[in-house]
Amino acid sequence: MKIPARLILQDGTVYDGESFGSPTTSIGEVVFNTSLTGYQEIATDPSYRFQIVVMTYPHIGNYGVEENVEQHGTPQIAGMVVRDIVEEPSSIHSEMSLSSYFANTRVAAITGVDTRALTRKIRSEGAMLGMITTETRPVDELLLDLRKAPSMSGLDLVQRVSTESAYPFHEGEDTRAPKLRVAVYDYGVKRDILRHLTEQGCDVTVFPAKTPASEILDRHFDGVMLSNGPGDPEPVTYAQENIRQLIGKVPIFGICLGQQLLGLALGGRTYKLKFGHRGGNHPVKDLRSGRVEITAQNHGFTVDPDSLNQNDIEFTHINLNDQTLEGFRHRRDPVMAVQYHPEAAPGPHDSFYLFNDFVTMMEAWKKK
Amino acid sequence: MPKRTDIKSILIIGSGPIVIGQAAEFDYSGTQACKALREEGYRIILVNSNPATIMTDAAFADATYIEPLTPDAVERIIEKEKPDAILPTVGGQTGINLAMSLYENGALERHGVELIGANYKAIKTAEDRQLFKETMVSIGVEVPRSGYAATLDEAEKIAREIGFPLVIRPSFTLGGSGGGIAYNVEEFRTIVGRGLDLSPVHSVLVEESVTGWKEFELEVMRDKADNVIIVCSIENFDPMGVHTGDSITVAPQQTLSNSEYQAMRDEAKKIIRAIGVETGGSNIQFAVDPKSGRRLAIEMNPRVSRSSALASKATGFPIAKFAAKLAAGYTLDEIPNDITKKTPASFEPSIDYVVVKIPRFAFEKFRQTPPILGLSMQSVGEAMAMGRTFNEALQKGLRSLEVGAAGLESRGYAEERLPELLRTPTPDRIFAVGDAFRAGMTVDQIHQYSNIDPWFLREMRKIIAMESEISGAHEASPAGARATSPADLLRWKREGFSDRQIAKLTSRTETAVRKERHAMGIRPVYKRVDTCAAEFEASTPYLYSTYENEDESLTTSRRKVMILGSGPIRIGQGIEFDTCCVHASFALREIGFETIMVNCNPETVSTDYDTSDRLYFEPLTLEDVLEIVELEKPEGVIVQFGGQTPLKLAKQLAEAGVPMWGTSVDSIDIAEDRERFGKLVRDHDILVPPHGTALTEEEAVDVAGRIGYPVVVRPSYVLGGRGMAIVYDERTLREYMSLAVDAAPGHPILIDHFLEDAIEIDVDAVSDGKDVVIAGVMEHIELAGIHSGDSTTVIPPYIIGHREQDRIRRRTVQLAKALNVIGLMNVQYAIQHGELYVLEVNPRASRTIPYVSKATGVTFAQVAARAMSGMSLREQGLTSEPRVDDYFVKAPVFPFGRFPREDTVLGPEMKSTGEVMGSSQRFGEAYAKALLGAGVRLPLGGTAFISVNDNDKRPMVVQLARELQNLGFQLIATSGTREFLVGHGVEVGLTWKVHEIERPNIVDRMINGEVTLVINTPYGKSAYTDDTYIRRNALSLAIPCITTLTAATACVEGIRAGRDGHNTFASLQEQHRARTV
Repeated sequence: MKIPARLILQDGTVYDGESFGSPTTSIGEVVFNTSLTGYQEIATDPSYRFQIVVMTYPHIGNYGVEENVEQHGTPQIAGMVVRDIVEEPSSIHSEMSLSSYFANTRVAAITGVDTRALTRKIRSEGAMLGMITTETRPVDELLLDLRKAPSMSGLDLVQRVSTESAYPFHEGEDTRAPKLRVAVYDYGVKRDILRHLTEQGCDVTVFPAKTPASEILDRHFDGVMLSNGPGDPEPVTYAQENIRQLIGKVPIFGICLGQQLLGLALGGRTYKLKFGHRGGNHPVKDLRSGRVEITAQNHGFTVDPDSLNQNDIEFTHINLNDQTLEGFRHRRDPVMAVQYHPEAAPGPHDSFYLFNDFVTMMEAWKKK
Repeated sequence: MPKRTDIKSILIIGSGPIVIGQAAEFDYSGTQACKALREEGYRIILVNSNPATIMTDAAFADATYIEPLTPDAVERIIEKEKPDAILPTVGGQTGINLAMSLYENGALERHGVELIGANYKAIKTAEDRQLFKETMVSIGVEVPRSGYAATLDEAEKIAREIGFPLVIRPSFTLGGSGGGIAYNVEEFRTIVGRGLDLSPVHSVLVEESVTGWKEFELEVMRDKADNVIIVCSIENFDPMGVHTGDSITVAPQQTLSNSEYQAMRDEAKKIIRAIGVETGGSNIQFAVDPKSGRRLAIEMNPRVSRSSALASKATGFPIAKFAAKLAAGYTLDEIPNDITKKTPASFEPSIDYVVVKIPRFAFEKFRQTPPILGLSMQSVGEAMAMGRTFNEALQKGLRSLEVGAAGLESRGYAEERLPELLRTPTPDRIFAVGDAFRAGMTVDQIHQYSNIDPWFLREMRKIIAMESEISGAHEASPAGARATSPADLLRWKREGFSDRQIAKLTSRTETAVRKERHAMGIRPVYKRVDTCAAEFEASTPYLYSTYENEDESLTTSRRKVMILGSGPIRIGQGIEFDTCCVHASFALREIGFETIMVNCNPETVSTDYDTSDRLYFEPLTLEDVLEIVELEKPEGVIVQFGGQTPLKLAKQLAEAGVPMWGTSVDSIDIAEDRERFGKLVRDHDILVPPHGTALTEEEAVDVAGRIGYPVVVRPSYVLGGRGMAIVYDERTLREYMSLAVDAAPGHPILIDHFLEDAIEIDVDAVSDGKDVVIAGVMEHIELAGIHSGDSTTVIPPYIIGHREQDRIRRRTVQLAKALNVIGLMNVQYAIQHGELYVLEVNPRASRTIPYVSKATGVTFAQVAARAMSGMSLREQGLTSEPRVDDYFVKAPVFPFGRFPREDTVLGPEMKSTGEVMGSSQRFGEAYAKALLGAGVRLPLGGTAFISVNDNDKRPMVVQLARELQNLGFQLIATSGTREFLVGHGVEVGLTWKVHEIERPNIVDRMINGEVTLVINTPYGKSAYTDDTYIRRNALSLAIPCITTLTAATACVEGIRAGRDGHNTFASLQEQHRARTV
């Protein structure tokens, strides 16, 4: 039953393995994630659109999959590379194996790869395009197909993942009267962000990425959440423009791509990291409290702190591994942003407080 | 927050002797703490009774006290050294208990000393069951429901509230004995009744049973800025019900989903905060019900632990080192990650391999105790293995264990025994799982019996499936070897199969498989342990093998030496050997060699990636070692420091062309081979006890008849006197032989005439091949017949005279020259009727080297390592035996408390797990201190009970009795001994033995606290069993019990010193300084 598969990188490097999930061909940017758990959350996170994710932990699939941890209705990744797929999960929560899940949802994946060697290659040479395939054609031919694929920089992936129409987010039967009304710009939002807002007592409405700012302002929301999302923020100019119109008029909280778009809207620059931050163990220091939180991260681009005007912008969080900017606030306007994922899913829960901070910000604004 | 400047000096408490539950991991943590705090400029005062440790090397502290770990002794040291603070969290439970006593008796306040690392309240909250429970409830963390009961009625009331099954634990019984699990009311009543009887305080804890649940541990660290990180998660292969120290454990956890894991992580953070551990590491254990997912907190240790040592080795994140820095005031983000150098310690390690730890047991030494694992820890050591998959790590771990398994091999268990073998946790259950699959059992069935998580079982099933593929491939093609394809072989290697395993399955030799594998170009690659799953570059060559594409070893072209470690700790091969390996590495590094350490024991200092230039965390088998040798191409490989484990590889390594340093393999063989050794001693006119070798029962009887009873019998090539016995008659000899031949057919049994009433002496020496220097002459307190590892010894000798000592020295030099020793050598002698006999010669580092080094101030393992590298003793400035002015007594520590069924009497088979040292200008005081360090507090008065065997009814016992009387003791004796003493004019009271029916008997009087000292010498087989109850009661009542007359005589000296009241405390540094002046 085992079907041979290959992972081919754009430089021609080939990793042999076996196919699991869907025995198809898939192309994407090859990135690695160092989380020990949470493969299903990762697979369904729209921020991974067009990316083939290498899981550095060798055994993947241990506890199967379950619907309620999905961050989106279907897997979003272009593919997954693992050292050892576990075909028979062991968990009372498991609804099916990761293999079957990927087979059902047509995700190409490969097992049996020296994922550490691959990770080291990405670390030293940077993220690059790759292809998972079960095709037996010669590498040179496949490389031609691969090299036709667009590069991540300059690609607007947001419009591919954003909702087509606005919708209210409800889950469960929360009968409490909502305290606050929040509009979420869906650049590829993870369900757990919506869940956290709801848990904070917010009434959440999700909007397409291209929704004009005026529409949001007309409906008098208490706050706007700029969601996470895939790819390069620079080509997503419509979002930057809308955000510019919202700043100062409504409390804003940006997460991940949301922070990058905010940074650009505030006149800053973004750049692509060599191999990005993807994992659940990055130390981020809250510069105001001095405390360190262990964060969930998933981004390839980041805001250049030198490009922001520090008279307007206060840096609130930095990454202790590489000193990159992890969070900022506007000194006058109600704007806060973090580059990492306070909703975790997967990852540690150290940063849940930020949702509370956002609520506080909205409440203070409401009183004014 | 920078380090604290309001404290200048810190007292670090070590964990004392190696005992079950507290082994070399605390030398690792203590050594790290000493180094970490010293490099911050603090003055370090260290107290630890264990001389075999690296931490007690004079170089690791400013003042090192090898003294008993009692509140009195430590307070005296505090008075003298006036430390500002005490770090109690790196010395195991011993360190914690001592700190708590010093707090409670007011000593800390009296001397103005602060506890750093964990405060009194936090320790109390974590350790007191009730307080812990209340605290957990207050923060919404669930714990097992439970209650204490003093009567059956109370117990039944609790039972009704909780429901069955229930665990009953009697309070304060030895080794937790008398408890059990009750599934119904009837069982419950029986166990509670028994428990209340056994508990000295008549109390039992009735607790919800979580036996069979999944067990997890998290290693948590917190700094004073309240940053909390989880360093590592660990999942136990053996479900709840087996002590985690006795469980196979796996890192990281395998079966929790992200949501479940993060919820557990959240609770761990809440727990460390609620308990109030302000800085440092803690270990938190959880149980998870596999059926409902319900999670309970089981316990928390507010200190570094065995698990934290494992987690440090498993991740490359040095918990103890960082805990020490945090205690000194740093925060995690101020400490750089040792391995990446560029990122901070305030993160959570991510690993891209699987770690499996497997405990090692010593039940073969404790034959009265069934090898059943439970809530009280019984393992003596452990091996750890890393692989890219669980199966690879498991198979590497099993071959690291040195229990005769080359992997998950069949034990040939009969099918009908399997259900029971799976149900009952034993050291061999892992093999029963394999055999169950071989017998066709399903994952579900095995899970039903064992509660082992199906995840692990399904992985293991793959090993068994592959095993039949391997043997099937062989059977299908009679050409065997030719049939193997490189792709197949690579798959097998990736699943962790060793060459030896494949060889057995394909009826070939290991060499043939290796040659074929090499011909196919299939070699392991080495991956780095880097804390970050390759996200950042690692500067530390901490490596493990696997079969994959990329090798990261990056070998150098420096001059290099490889040191083979000693593997898992076991009785007979303890921390002493690790200490020697570490010293060898230090010494050779210092003179410019690149040192490469190979070992698989996660507890030790040798497997600290800081110790050597390069660390290979690998099994110590021929295959694994050869691969590293061929990759690294060292100038030399050293086998003489790691005990029997590397030594038994020496011959095969030499045959494979590996350059061996030190004494030649041929000389090692001469020393080990009775025939060749016999020739050597004859040629040199050296006296040895009459001896012979036998393969069969009849041969043995012949040999014994020729050389005369009593005889000492033992299997060849063993360490720690395993299977060794003194036999007085033919019947017993026949029994012994039939067992021994069954156990290891074809292996010769060595038979020596036993020298009764002989004084035994151990000598360590070092040689560069030309000059020989004596390291130390050690006299045993007990007479010959007791394993040297179990004997109390003293440097310098206090009974034998200078002339005899010089004879011994000359003989030692003669032997070293005859064997062409390069490096260390140990000789055991016996003096009987003025004749000097050589009992044994070991051309390698002995167990006593660290002790001799502490006594003399010369680190002989370092001297030896330099000698092996070609630096002569003269060049090293060592031309004569170091002078020793004070008395240094080494005393063994036994695990009998864990094995209440065992007799405590000593014999030729080693039973001790560790040792302590006491020193003083007076022998008596040094001896008393050593005993105190070993947990035996000599009484200064009261009633001494004497019962000696017929052989000991001689003037010596009369003398002993008189001296005890002079010291103010009342004497009582059993009828025979009393008759003898009264006949010699000593006034002695009479007491009854138990079988004499009259009461109060001796045990009644012991229980009533009327007896303060027991002198009981057993002899021969019948008296042996007869007196066991006396010794067992003495053990459980903590009454000093002396089993030889020579030791009793030494005790008198100790008591006299104690009564004189003056005791001295000198640091090693002071002792050594005084000598050089």
